[in-house]
Amino acid sequence: MTDPAPGPLLQLEDVHKRFGRTEVLRGITMSVAEGEVVAILGPSGSGKSTLLRCINHLERVDSGRVLFEGRLVGYRDKGGRLVEAPEAEIARVRARIGMVFQRFNLFPHLTALGNVMEAPVHVLGLSRDEARQRAAAVLERVGLGSKLDAYPAQLSGGQQQRVAIARALAMQPRLMLFDEATSALDPELVGEVLAVMRDLAAAGMTMIAVTHEMGFAAEAARRIIFMDEGVIQEEAPPAQFFSAPATERARQFLRRVSRP
Amino acid sequence: MPALAVDWTYIAQNFFSEIVLRGVWMTLQLSVIGMALGILLGTLFALARVSRQPVLRGASLGYIWFFRGTPLLVQIVFWYFALPQAWPSWAPWNGQLSPFQTGILALAINEGAYMTEIVRAGIQSVDPGQMEAARALGMTHRLAMRRIILPQALRVIIPPTGNEFIAMLKNSSLVSLISVRELFLVAKLQYSSTLLYFEWLIIASGWYLILTTIGSVFQFWLEHRYGAASFGPGAGRRWLSFGAKE
Ligand SMILES: Nc1ncnc2c1ncn2[C@@H]1O[C@H](COP(=O)(O)OP(=O)(O)O)[C@@H](O)[C@H]1O
Ligand SMILES: [Mg+2]
Repeated sequence: MTDPAPGPLLQLEDVHKRFGRTEVLRGITMSVAEGEVVAILGPSGSGKSTLLRCINHLERVDSGRVLFEGRLVGYRDKGGRLVEAPEAEIARVRARIGMVFQRFNLFPHLTALGNVMEAPVHVLGLSRDEARQRAAAVLERVGLGSKLDAYPAQLSGGQQQRVAIARALAMQPRLMLFDEATSALDPELVGEVLAVMRDLAAAGMTMIAVTHEMGFAAEAARRIIFMDEGVIQEEAPPAQFFSAPATERARQFLRRVSRP
Repeated sequence: MPALAVDWTYIAQNFFSEIVLRGVWMTLQLSVIGMALGILLGTLFALARVSRQPVLRGASLGYIWFFRGTPLLVQIVFWYFALPQAWPSWAPWNGQLSPFQTGILALAINEGAYMTEIVRAGIQSVDPGQMEAARALGMTHRLAMRRIILPQALRVIIPPTGNEFIAMLKNSSLVSLISVRELFLVAKLQYSSTLLYFEWLIIASGWYLILTTIGSVFQFWLEHRYGAASFGPGAGRRWLSFGAKE
């Protein structure tokens, strides 16, 4: 099921976003090809989360365009003028883009299985049986085949984040967004989540991962995007970025974080 | 010591009399139906209150402002006497709505204003990350509200709703003013003709206490089942059986 039209899966063109008076994204242009794994690095407050949230229109962009599968996200082009798309249309795009949050955001009133089944049943319209099979399979895939009936409060942070990944995967997305998926975890639990992310990358999933895990970025990503102050400062393959960063800002950043 | 001149035998003879039981039944109907409609109205206006539409938010605010800000007694009289007079052309008011129905309407619309604030507080108590996660999965606002936000908001909504119901049991006595024969009006008619004030007020109060006690026990049970602590082990299972088809 590949897009017949050639071109990148995701494209951002001169995206600007401001909150009040502060401009958080100041002209982001980037593209991601099918199957690519991109790691976004940058200091806290540089706009990484905002960038991810603009991709699936959780935040409205102020100017510029986001194109997913060649189509405008969140807006319709009415003779050159952009008007916000109807909610159902935005929801359909979001259903094809998985998102994993720093704080998991699991639904606490549902079991692991319930969390993963919820959107396939109510968004995709799968029967409960189909959804249950699919959910059990993805939970198995993230190593939680024995925790189907556990509630989030009964799971460790690492397990919860793996449920959250499974919840996104059950929608069979074409793109996965990870926003510091391991930052809220105790150090000993980071590995199990990164392992799942590595497996996904190896299986050919298109991924954009905001991360502070330099090891993961160096090994799993094909490309590093380094952001600071709402601008992409540098874009390079990991080998090049980590050994010979082109900008002074990136060098400073790398001095402060542990290198891979 | 002079004995208190209360005829306990009379009280005992009349406590379960048909006329009293009819009044109790009327009070129960007013309270349960009024409360159910009040919860429905409160939920709708709370959803309006947290929506992105300024018009809906404004309508909700205006509703709360008016119906919380004026006495229930005045509202009851307004619906029954004033509105039909001022607006006779509107069919439902043309003597078509019985005192009982008008009483329920008045109680429900008043209760809805309080429930709006309670449901709103419940919705806003849910971590915004829940809505984000739901929307990121492709849920519309409405679906996310129904499946994700409201079930979690119940924890916060249930305890004050129990208090509202108990208040409703007592406030329903105000519709005696438009001649709905609920518990208080029954007692009033009786003490007016027999002049046994004390006896009839004891009968009425006794029944109010019975009803509110049952209400409190129900509230206690609900809170422990759905309202209490967080979604710990076991708690979640009970949540599931509450709303889901699972
Ligand atoms: N909803 C918001 N309202 C106002 N300011 C925000 C909001 N979200 C983010 N910001 C601000 O935007 C800047 C970038 O935030 P963010 O995208 O979260 O950065 P990062 O993920 O790189 O740490 C920060 O200064 C933050 O305070
Ligand atoms: Mg962030």
